[in-house]
Amino acid sequence: MNTQKNIEERLWSYIDGTSEVEEKSAIEQLLKENLEWQRKYKELLDINQLLHSTELEEPSMRFTRNVMEEIAKYKIAPATKTYINKRIIYGIGAFFLTMIVGFLIYGFGQIDWSANGNLNTGISLDKIDFSRFFNNTYVNVFMMINVVLGLMLLDRYLSKKRDEARHA
Amino acid sequence: MHTGPSDNEILSRVLQGDQHAYAEIVKRYQSFVFTIALKYTPNREDAEEIAQDAFVKAYRSLADFRGESKFSTWLYTIATTTSLTFLRKKKLDIHSLDNEKVFEAADSLDSGFRANQVEQKSRITMVNKAIGLLSTDDAQIITLFYKGEQSLEEIGQILGLEPNTVKVRLHRARQRLKDKMEKYFTAELSDL
Repeated sequence: MNTQKNIEERLWSYIDGTSEVEEKSAIEQLLKENLEWQRKYKELLDINQLLHSTELEEPSMRFTRNVMEEIAKYKIAPATKTYINKRIIYGIGAFFLTMIVGFLIYGFGQIDWSANGNLNTGISLDKIDFSRFFNNTYVNVFMMINVVLGLMLLDRYLSKKRDEARHA
Repeated sequence: MHTGPSDNEILSRVLQGDQHAYAEIVKRYQSFVFTIALKYTPNREDAEEIAQDAFVKAYRSLADFRGESKFSTWLYTIATTTSLTFLRKKKLDIHSLDNEKVFEAADSLDSGFRANQVEQKSRITMVNKAIGLLSTDDAQIITLFYKGEQSLEEIGQILGLEPNTVKVRLHRARQRLKDKMEKYFTAELSDL
C-alpha cells in the first residue's frame, strides 16, 4: 500500500530514527531503487532541516533580571513528601474506618435475627422512627468518641503547622 | 546542547541556597519557555508574563524535582500548564486551524513578506511564520520536538499523551505545516 500518505509516514519515522531495524533496511532498499521514494525523501529531508534551523523567539533583554527579582521574594518550598505526614493520613483513614465499622456493628445489632425468612416484610420507610437511632446512648457515646478523635487530629495538625512556622 | 555545568549541577547549587545560580537556568531556557508561551498567546507581553511565572513556579517547586526526567522536560510541563492557566484566566482565543482570522493573518503576513522581501527573504523566517499559522497543539509539538530536544516519550510526558499518539500528532503537524508552506509561501520558496 504505497499511497503518498503511507510513504510520508514511513519516511518521517525513518528520518526521526524511530523505524524498526527491518523497516529501516526496507526503506533504504526502496530509496536505492525507487525514484518516487527518492524524490519524497529529499523533500521531507529538506523540511526536516528547515525545522531544525528555525529560531526561537527571544524575550526582552530584562527578562532574566525580572525573573531573578521575582524569585528573590520567595523561598524554595519544602518537597511535598516532607510536609505530607503519613501518620496524619493514616489517622484520618482510621477515623473514617472506625466510623464505618461502628455504624455497621450498630446496624447489625438492630437486626432481629430470630425472625423467619419472609422476604416480603413490607417495610415502609415512612414508618421507621429515625429519631430512635440518634437518641440512643450508645450512638451518642460513639459520636462523642469520634468528635474527640477528630479534634485531636486537628489539634495535632495545627500544632505541627505552628511549629513549622516558628522554625521557618 | 549547553556548555558548562550540567542542569543538575546548577540545580543542586540552587537547592543548597545559591539563588543566583538559578540565573544560568533562566538564561538557558528562557527562549524556549518564551516560545512555548507564544504558542498560546500572540501577545509578547503576556507570553513574557507566562514565561516569568513558569520560572518562578519551577524555582519554588525545585525541591519536588526528583531528577527522574530531564529538567527541561519538567520545566516545559510547568510552562505548558502555566500557559493553560493563564489562558483560562484571560479567556484568550487560542489560534484555531479552521479560524478564518488565521487565513487573514496569513495573507497579511504574506503581503508583508512581499513588501519587505529584501530583509526577510529567508526560508527559516518562512518556516517560523508557517509554524505561527498552525494550531497551538501542532505548533507546540513541532517546537518541543525540533527546538526543545525532547524525545517522543518526553513530549508524551509533557502533554500527557502516549508516545505513539505523539508520533501520529507530530506527523500530522508536519503535514499541515507543509500544506501551509505550499499554500502561502510557494512563490517565495521558488524565488530562493
